[in-house]
Amino acid sequence: MSLRNYIDKIKPNFEEGGKFYWLHSTFDAFETFLYVPDTTSKSGVHIHDARDSKRTMVIVIIALMPALLFGMYNVGFQHYLAIGQDVGFWTKFFYGLLSVLPQIVVSYVVGLGIEFAMAQMKHEEVSEGFLVTGILIPMILPVDTPLWMIAVATAFAVVFAKEVFGGTGYNIFNVALIARAFLFFSYPSKMSGDQVWVRTGSTFGMGKGTVVDGFSGATPLGQLATTDAHSFADFSFRGITGQPLTTSDMFFGFIPGSVGEVSTLAILLGAILLIATNVGSWKTMFSVFLGGLFTVTLVNLFAANAAMEMPANYHFLLGGFAFGAVFMATDPVTSARTETGKWIYGFLIGLIAVTIRIFNPGYPEGMMLSILFMNAFAPLIDFYVVDANIKKRLKRVEVKNREK
Amino acid sequence: MANRITIKKGLQIPLAGRAEEVFRGSIASEFVKVCPDDFHGIIPKLAVKVNDRIKAGNALFYDKQHPDMFFASPVSGVVTDIVRGEKRKILHVDIQADKDIQYADFGKKQISALSTSEIKSAVLEAGIWFLIKQRPYDIVANPDKSPRDIFVTGFDTAPLAPSYDFILQGQEDDLQTGFDALSKLTEGKVYLSISTKTTNKGLREARNVILTEFEGPHPAGNVGVQINRIKPVNKGETVWTLSALDVAIIGRLFNKGIVDLTRTVALTGSEVKKTGYYKMTIGTGLKSIFKNNVTEGIPLRYISGNPLTGIKIDEDGFLHAYDSQITVIPEGVGVHEMFGWASLSPNRYSAGCTYPKLRKEYRLDARILGGSRAIIVSNEYDQVFPMDIYPEQLIKATIAFNIDKMEQLGIYEVAPEDFALCEFVDTSKLEIQKIIRTGLDLLRKEME
Repeated sequence: MSLRNYIDKIKPNFEEGGKFYWLHSTFDAFETFLYVPDTTSKSGVHIHDARDSKRTMVIVIIALMPALLFGMYNVGFQHYLAIGQDVGFWTKFFYGLLSVLPQIVVSYVVGLGIEFAMAQMKHEEVSEGFLVTGILIPMILPVDTPLWMIAVATAFAVVFAKEVFGGTGYNIFNVALIARAFLFFSYPSKMSGDQVWVRTGSTFGMGKGTVVDGFSGATPLGQLATTDAHSFADFSFRGITGQPLTTSDMFFGFIPGSVGEVSTLAILLGAILLIATNVGSWKTMFSVFLGGLFTVTLVNLFAANAAMEMPANYHFLLGGFAFGAVFMATDPVTSARTETGKWIYGFLIGLIAVTIRIFNPGYPEGMMLSILFMNAFAPLIDFYVVDANIKKRLKRVEVKNREK
Repeated sequence: MANRITIKKGLQIPLAGRAEEVFRGSIASEFVKVCPDDFHGIIPKLAVKVNDRIKAGNALFYDKQHPDMFFASPVSGVVTDIVRGEKRKILHVDIQADKDIQYADFGKKQISALSTSEIKSAVLEAGIWFLIKQRPYDIVANPDKSPRDIFVTGFDTAPLAPSYDFILQGQEDDLQTGFDALSKLTEGKVYLSISTKTTNKGLREARNVILTEFEGPHPAGNVGVQINRIKPVNKGETVWTLSALDVAIIGRLFNKGIVDLTRTVALTGSEVKKTGYYKMTIGTGLKSIFKNNVTEGIPLRYISGNPLTGIKIDEDGFLHAYDSQITVIPEGVGVHEMFGWASLSPNRYSAGCTYPKLRKEYRLDARILGGSRAIIVSNEYDQVFPMDIYPEQLIKATIAFNIDKMEQLGIYEVAPEDFALCEFVDTSKLEIQKIIRTGLDLLRKEME
């Protein structure tokens, strides 16, 4: 208990009147991180559920781990494939770790820095929301995104997508997706095309080499958007060295793409945890896939080119569809909040994502725009769901008045 | 056969310390305190002075807006003190109780021979009108208004709640008289809700009431939930609500001609060594039943009522007016759990699935276990709120005090107690019952 004693000893400095009072939110954040606060209830219920905001966020972070760890491995896997070297599992993983870790650090330092400063200014407790956002941002970006871009995008997203609205719980748009959208529209050459998805350079002196002949870093969806093939049967997905990609490559995640989005299997593991703990809504996840399936099936019927002919399973395995459905659409703050609303919200995300993918070759990946679009409409969906309840209540009065 | 309604949403918090169904005797204390704050919605005006001699049933104070609404003294004795707080608000009236209580005589009465107004004035005069509450606003019923219906709950599902079957043993006649009296107070019906497990004949075979059986977890025993399922309150309507225990007290007035505010109280909670039932009048000092009967060496929280809606009292506190339960749990101050967010400790209880679920009774303390946040998680309140109302939206409308929205979303149907479980499960740790209470009070001010 010596740590506890030390905290108790320095605590008065951070309380009102202490010389470090201007850091009280920061102190509180670290203290509550270490120990559950022993404040007891003043009004209302005398007992409380053990789940708090920290618990919720930690579950999401754990759920993200399989996708993140596999993503790191895949960064190394794609790199050594590109430079034509055969190395062991751990070398690939460490290469990826060294590439991605700085990005996570930058996003956390910038984002948490702003969050702490804002909490301090508002004399509030530091909210845990950014712990998830901070890890999501590097996971949905191409691995070659420069660190300064991540810093700028994170700062922009945290300030203009979250803090101006009042902080965690009040934002309209998913903060991580705003960071990505900011980069997507500000630095399109670094966010799309076939140069950014595979890290070809060395990381901290690791993995030096030149790319092999015939290298192409386009993502499968990028290939589909630019293909000349007239039908899907004539088209085949290629890996970065021209090797054909199988469905199992796509499922396990041996494809180029954003760090965390490649492995459907790893995302599925995260989804299982989110659903089992009831932290993520299965209704939202399920209905995103339902919406996607519905749209793809419909488009397949009237297919006129390769993209329109592509069956639904490819849509689900490629790009950010699964990741968006599991980790982005289920963000409770920006999603519809009513249960009925979640069905509509998820369905429309799936529908719009597939529509953008198929009909707009400029944006091979539609998930980001689709979720941001539906974030804006989530309050409207809730409005109509709640309005039905209100109408029912009004009707009750009318019926009564008529009886009189 | 009674109608049966099954409640699916809700939560039975598995707390340790349920009261053993044993009667452990009567408790009296030298001083009895009556606290006007217990009676929500009234403005107390004193009817006694210090050193006045009173009998049980004599008025201690009355409501400023209804000078005929008296509040009875539960015991006979001498008024020793009137303790006032800020702005001279009356905190409590202290009475030094006689050893043998002398009851003021109100005369035995036959319900069948009485008119509505005679019953009303009998209850008002006897000082026990406060047992009848009303919706909207969850306040002491306004006697000037005629209620659409009267709802009585015949069971309590709150954590560690006392068994009405056990308490009402031997009070069947009083109970029936109470129902007969209530049925004359409304042009509508008297609805009695019982649990599927209710065995007491006075409840199960009650006459002059419409019986509904409820099945399911807490808050199935909350009268608000029952109203919402049976016949919801609309804007402009008033219904009255009571607990069956209070109906028996009203019945006693007519059967015996006296005001006997004796309650059978369950002593519960994980920190009580010997749980059980005690008889005492409201306002009785509780020091003697805690003595040598609670865990020693740690700070404790004493509650008059249940752990969700009860009132925090001191070790030498007293029984509040509506309570038939006393709970003692650990306070938890000074407990510093490390890395609570990562904890897999079997002592932490959560209604959700972020902690392992064990089949055991938990010993929970009064810690909030987290910091206050904005509402983040969705569908949390809905899980424990079995009314046809969107709780989150209603809470938000109440915080913003948007009267139109509050009305539309059903503010007239709810009481703070209906939100107790929402407050328990809330990961954002908001004081929801306080929010609703404040909202209801402000709304009433605007409307009346």
